[in-house]
Formats: sequence, structure tokens, C-alpha cells
Amino acid sequence: MLTLVVNGKRSSIDVDPDMPLLWVLREHLGLTGTKYGCGMAQCGACTVHLDGEAVRSCVTPVSRAAGKNVTTIEGLSADLSHPLQRAWTEIDVPQCGYCQSGQLMAAAVLLRENPHPSDADIDDGMAGNICRCGTYPRIRRAIHRAAALMAEGKSR
Amino acid sequence: MSATPAVSRREFLKTSGAGAGSLVLALHFSTLAPSEAALAAPASEFVPNAFVKIAADGAITVIIGKSEMGQGIYTSLPMILAEELDADWTRVRCEFAPVDPAYNHTVFGIQMTGGSTSVWSSFEQLRKAGAVARAMLVQAAADGWGVSAAACRTEKSFVIHDATGRRAAYGELAAKAAAGKPPAQVSLKDPRDFRLIGKSVHRLDTPAKCNGTATYSIDVNRPGMLVAVVARPPVFGGKAKSFDATAAKSIRGVKDVVEIPRGIAVLADGYWTACRGRDALKIDWDEGPLAGYSTEKQRAEFAAMAKTAGAVARKEGDVTAALSSASKILEAEYELPYLAHATMEPMNCVAEVRAESCEVWTGSQLQTLDRISAAQAAGLKPEQVQLHTTFLGGGFGRRAVPDCHMVVEAVQVSKAARAPVKLIWTREDDMRGGYYRPSFFHSLAGGLDEAGNVIAWKQTVVGQSIMAGTPFEPMMVRNGVDGTSVEGAADTPYLIPNLYVDLHSPKLPVPVLWWRSVGHSQTAFVVESFFDELAHAAGKDPYELRRTLLAKAPRHLRVLELAAEKAGWGSPLPAGRGRGIAVHESFESFVAYVAEVSVTPQGELTIHRMVCAVDCGPVVNPDTIEAQIEGAVIFGLTAALRGEITLANGRVVQSNFHDYPMLRIYECPQQIEVHIVPSTEKQGGVGEPGVPCAAPAVANAIFAATGKRIRRLPIRAQDLRSA
Repeated sequence: MLTLVVNGKRSSIDVDPDMPLLWVLREHLGLTGTKYGCGMAQCGACTVHLDGEAVRSCVTPVSRAAGKNVTTIEGLSADLSHPLQRAWTEIDVPQCGYCQSGQLMAAAVLLRENPHPSDADIDDGMAGNICRCGTYPRIRRAIHRAAALMAEGKSR
Repeated sequence: MSATPAVSRREFLKTSGAGAGSLVLALHFSTLAPSEAALAAPASEFVPNAFVKIAADGAITVIIGKSEMGQGIYTSLPMILAEELDADWTRVRCEFAPVDPAYNHTVFGIQMTGGSTSVWSSFEQLRKAGAVARAMLVQAAADGWGVSAAACRTEKSFVIHDATGRRAAYGELAAKAAAGKPPAQVSLKDPRDFRLIGKSVHRLDTPAKCNGTATYSIDVNRPGMLVAVVARPPVFGGKAKSFDATAAKSIRGVKDVVEIPRGIAVLADGYWTACRGRDALKIDWDEGPLAGYSTEKQRAEFAAMAKTAGAVARKEGDVTAALSSASKILEAEYELPYLAHATMEPMNCVAEVRAESCEVWTGSQLQTLDRISAAQAAGLKPEQVQLHTTFLGGGFGRRAVPDCHMVVEAVQVSKAARAPVKLIWTREDDMRGGYYRPSFFHSLAGGLDEAGNVIAWKQTVVGQSIMAGTPFEPMMVRNGVDGTSVEGAADTPYLIPNLYVDLHSPKLPVPVLWWRSVGHSQTAFVVESFFDELAHAAGKDPYELRRTLLAKAPRHLRVLELAAEKAGWGSPLPAGRGRGIAVHESFESFVAYVAEVSVTPQGELTIHRMVCAVDCGPVVNPDTIEAQIEGAVIFGLTAALRGEITLANGRVVQSNFHDYPMLRIYECPQQIEVHIVPSTEKQGGVGEPGVPCAAPAVANAIFAATGKRIRRLPIRAQDLRSA
């Protein structure tokens, strides 16, 4: 039995410790917001936070997550109140939307580490996330917008 | 005179509309008939037709028969209906329709999403649906107030009688309106009175796509469901001779192994275990006729074929005579590879086959055929199959497959295993699974007279037919010409007096399919690049020569001039930079791009700016058009710079995003500007038309910057390095 804390909720799961965290989230915990895209850490659709760090859950054995805090898109905020979600909805970033959970989770770490990223910083921080629909220009705009929203929030 | 014109999409529409014999012919023009689901609505709800329901609390649900794959119809189609309904937009939501003839494509006659047709083909239908609902609400209010319906107006979900100052909300009127009769006729708004159409509106699907709640078929779960992956032949056209599942079945969590016509399915309690089970299968494959086949072999075959006469797709004047009289002749060969759609959501389908019924969950672009095929695979009647359309994690044509293989496989496995099944293609299965944009080889000759006028254009096209062997073949293949192989070439608008386009359609077991912008995805690159070659050979400005030869194509001309103006065509550029231009019509929309690039001596390409002009006729949601064009530029450039599926030893070489890379955020153009032409012309599409110009605009800009002509995609660094 493995104990996982996902979005603040503790669960005990009986799975092969080598099973990637992605499939535990999707198939055992019903958290389908985290997506399968490539299975080899190439596309970023499965990005979640492990103790605050962005990881590719498709190549992260669930055993590595045991005892750590896992945050998925469902835990970023369900009511879209996170500045990134506010910016994403304001700018209408998603098209098909499939990669966007991963984009948002990657962007959340980027912004925490660098509250005022330049275009180049965004390109660096988001390099691991593919969007087949080509929403990159809007992702850039939305990250800048979220940075502004966060700054406003702090100055209030 | 055109000798054998290729069947254009418009003709296809006409033909299918006329009802000449095949599957597409289940024509249904009873566009406002209620669906079965609508008929089953509660009495408090007002369901005037198949497309809208209004609840007592004022909530308005627009039901759409089209699928949302990113292109924005989940918002733009409800906007069309809401406009005529005078709905309070904040109360409008959207729902995917069940499979029902009420939702058949108004032109294609089946329920489907494709060909960049959703908005224009639904426009009148949804306007009428909204107008009928509005008229019935007005009548209900007028009857209640004892006033004439003509004296009432509507605004934001209220019926208003100004003379008496009375107002009634649509929700309050729903039950009464539901008891009324639909009017025989309704009048539609003058477009000048549109309040919603033409204004940028937030997408209705954005919130669910920002918190993980949007449901794609891969997210569907059923009680007792198993996950299946299928071992398919390593070579297209191969099959399993024998297999041993002993080791697979011994893995904890593997529940079953079943053989289906396309391979061996392993079922487990989860995806990861199913994959491990599949890895443990021992299969002896018969590799079939493509064993040992390779891209090099194909290239040689196609090149040889291009030297022979093909089926004539376009003939104007006498190209042979014109070439022999030309003072300058240019010859070139162009090549484009197979391309995978590589939707972010790998192919998958959930099927639950029961004794007397079957349910299927899939992100389908072709519901009618998918349901018929599911029924056949399950041994049931189509009416016994309920197909649920989910969001699509990308489509680009990949989920409109005439053979419906994805649904069929899932149903076969569910039936064999007697359990609900989610069949998932791994990314590798998806990349290697075929249904590619066909590879193409073009051989061209162009002739210039002494004054530098283009007097001859001869183009031989070689590539597999998408339509051959599908239910669409009788309509789309005429006199040996698959219109989708030569669209964008055979119908070129350039005024060239002697023009000849012919086509070879070699038959190969590699499955091919429409891929965002279909034939235009390859012809525009060839036509617009070779046109550029001719302009340079004639000593003319490529933009000016296009203007001259598009004199009778006003919509081409307009976007061309707009893109050139916004890009500052002709103005000085920093050293090392070049501009390239391309213009193309596809799906009845007109697009021109100007690319601005630079190339380092090591062959590193930077795309500084893409200036895009688009005329797609009257616009519904401008922000969606901008988004589609931005995305299409990146989609087109991904193909131009990276995309290539190759074969070696009969096998697909690429397998995942490391060797079939997508453009990433740091590689996309630094600036993409979209300029929409205000237009009252016929509406065209917008999902696909942004793709074709991307590659030739960039290739032409590379030539301007470096003098290197790109004739093969993808563009390779070695093609760009200084010698």
C-alpha cells in the first residue's frame, strides 16, 4: 500500500510501485484533468507538481510521489480563481484544450520562481510543453497577464 | 477550356446535395425537425426544435451537431442561434448532440464535422432555429398580454411591449411557448442589426479547459471498464500469423487477450498494465506486400512515374507548344513527406457492447458513419447504438476516418471481452498507425516569353488518393482524378494561358487521410514556391507578378495587397533578412501571408514575423478567427520545419515527439499578426485555410534572404547552411 497526498487529500492505494503517477491519478483517483500525451516526458501534457516542483507524471513512478504533496490541475483551483486561470480565460488561450492542464501547471511553477518573466523566460520555462493547436502566442500573453494580476493582488 | 476539371469541393457539395448514390446520400433536409431527445423534454422546457431548449429558469441550451476540436464552433454556432433568438448570452450554454438525422450536415447529408464548413453550412439553419424560437416566445407573450405580436420586440431574453411597458423573461414564457405552434415562416435579421455576430465573444469551453473538467473520450470511465491496447502489424498490410499470450496473461492485472481483425488486443485493469501485457506477447507477423519498403524506394518510384503522363486534372491552351516556344524554361521537382496528425489526445474510444445495445464514447468527426460501423461490428442495428460525442483533443481530420477503424476496434474488443472497454492508442501506435497526409512528388516546367510573361505551366502530381476505396470515391474521383490530390493546383487562379496539370495516384497499403487543409497542404507549397521561382527568373517582383496574374481574382488580390501593405512589402529590411509572400484560396476562404526571416551561416532559421490577411466572408467570432490563423501558422510551420514520417524496412521510423517533433514555444514566430478583411462575400471556412500559405511564405522568404530555394519539406538545416 502506498500513501499519496493529492490536492491535500490523503489516499492509500494498492498498485505496483513502478506504475507511473499519471495512471494512478487518472485511473485510481479519477483525476482525469492530467493528460496522457506521449509517455516519455516529451510533451508536458501530464505535468503535475510534486512538493511544488513540476514533474512529468507519465515517467514518474508512483513510489516517488509517496509521502509527498501532489498537486494536479484540479488542485490549482476548481473555481478558476488562480491568476493563471483568470488570465487563461480572459485571453481564451485554449483551442482543443488537451494540453492546457499541463501548460497551466508548468506556468504556475514558472511564475512562482519568476513573478515577472520576460518573453525569453517564458520560452525557457514553457519549452517542455507542446501545444499542437499552436496556442503559444496566447500562452505568452496570458503568462504576462497572470504576472500582472499577481502583482496587483500583492499590492492591494 | 478545361478538359477534365478536377472535382472541386463546391462541385462535391453540389453532387452530394443532388443525391448521387452512396453512403453520403442519406440526405436529410428536414433541418428543423425536433430530435428524439428534444421530443422527450420535460413540459416546463421549451424545445421548439432540435437545436435549442429554454428552461423555466431562463437557461438556454444550444445543441450542436458539430464537434469541437479547438476550432471554436462550441461558441460560434450558439452565437448564430442566440443572435436570432435575442438571447441573453450570459445564459447560453452548449451541448453536443446525439446522433440524429436532425443534425446532419446541411450539405454533406450526414452528421460530421470537417472541410472547414461548420459555420457557413449551419448559418441559415441555426438562424432559422433561433428565429422560430423567438417568434414562439413573442407569440406566447403577446397572447398573454392581449397585444399583437408585431408590437413586441425582444432583447436579452426578454419580450418587451413598449406601448404598455410590459416585459416577460423567456424562462417565464417557456411553458406557454412550448404549447404553441411554430410559425410557418420567420424573417431573419438584417445583418446590420446583429448584436452578437461579428463581435469577439469569450469561448464557452474555455473554463472547462482551464480546470481539468472538459471531458475527452480518453477521460470517460464506465463501471467494470477494462483498458485495451492492440498489437498491430509492424508493416502496413501485414497480419498476425500466430501468437502466444501465455506470458502476457500471467501479468497481474491483465484480464484477457483477444484477437481482432486488425491485431491482438490486451485487456487489463489499467493502461500501464495493458501495455506491459502487450510487450509480453509473442507474435509471428506476416509483414505483407510492403515488407522491405522504404521512403527511398517510394521516392524513386514516384519520380519515375512523374515522367509519364497521368490523368488530366486541368488543361488550358497548349502547354507543349508554349514550352517549346518559350524563351526561358524552368524545371523543378518538389517533394513532401507523409505527415501524422499527431493530435495531442492519442486515438482512443470507449465502447460498451451489451446483448441488445451498445454505447460508444468518442471524439468523432464522423458520427453517422461511426455509428453505422459500430453497429455492424456489434452485430446490432444503428438505432441500437448510442454514440456520445466528447470534446476532441485535436482533430485535424484524424477523427473523420471513413473506415471508422478506431470505433470498430473498440467495439470488437468490447464484444469479444464482454466488458466495457477503453481502447487507447499509445503515442507510438498513433504515430505509426498510418492515416497520414500522403507524401507527394511534383514535377514542374514553366515557360516565360521574352518579356518575362508566364506563358506555360506544366505540373505532374504523384501521390496516393485519399478518396480511393472510401464511400466518397464515387463523388470525389472523376476520370482518374481525386480532386483532393490536385486542389489548389488544378484550380489555380493565375492567368496563365497554357496550363496543364496531371495526376498519378499510386496504390499503396499505407493508409492516407485528410490532414488539416487536405490537398492544399501540399499544393500551395509547390504552386506558390514555383510561382516565386518564375517571378525571379522573369526578373519581376513576386508580389507584383502575383497581382498582375490575379487580375481576375478580386478576393485573392485583396488579401494579397492587405498582407503586403501591413508587412511593408518593398521597404528596406536589416541585412540578412528576407521577405516571402504567398496567397492561396482553400475551403472558400482567401489567405495571404508575408514571412520575414533570417538565416545564420550555420543554417539556423529565425522567423521574425508572419503577417496574415484573411477573407473568410462575414465573420461570426473575430477572436476565434485570429486564434485559428495563429494556430494554423504554427501548424503549417511545424510541418514545414519538422514534419516527416518515413519508412525503412517497411516500418514507420518515427514513434513519438522526440523524432516527430512539434514546434515549441521558443521556435514559433516572434510575431504573428492577423488582419481580417471586412467582407460581405460568401462565407468560407477558417479551421484549415490558415495552413497552406505558411510553408511557401517562409520558403520564399528564405530564398529572398539567402538565394537558396527550398523544394523539399521539411526544410533541413543543411539546405540552409552557407556553402
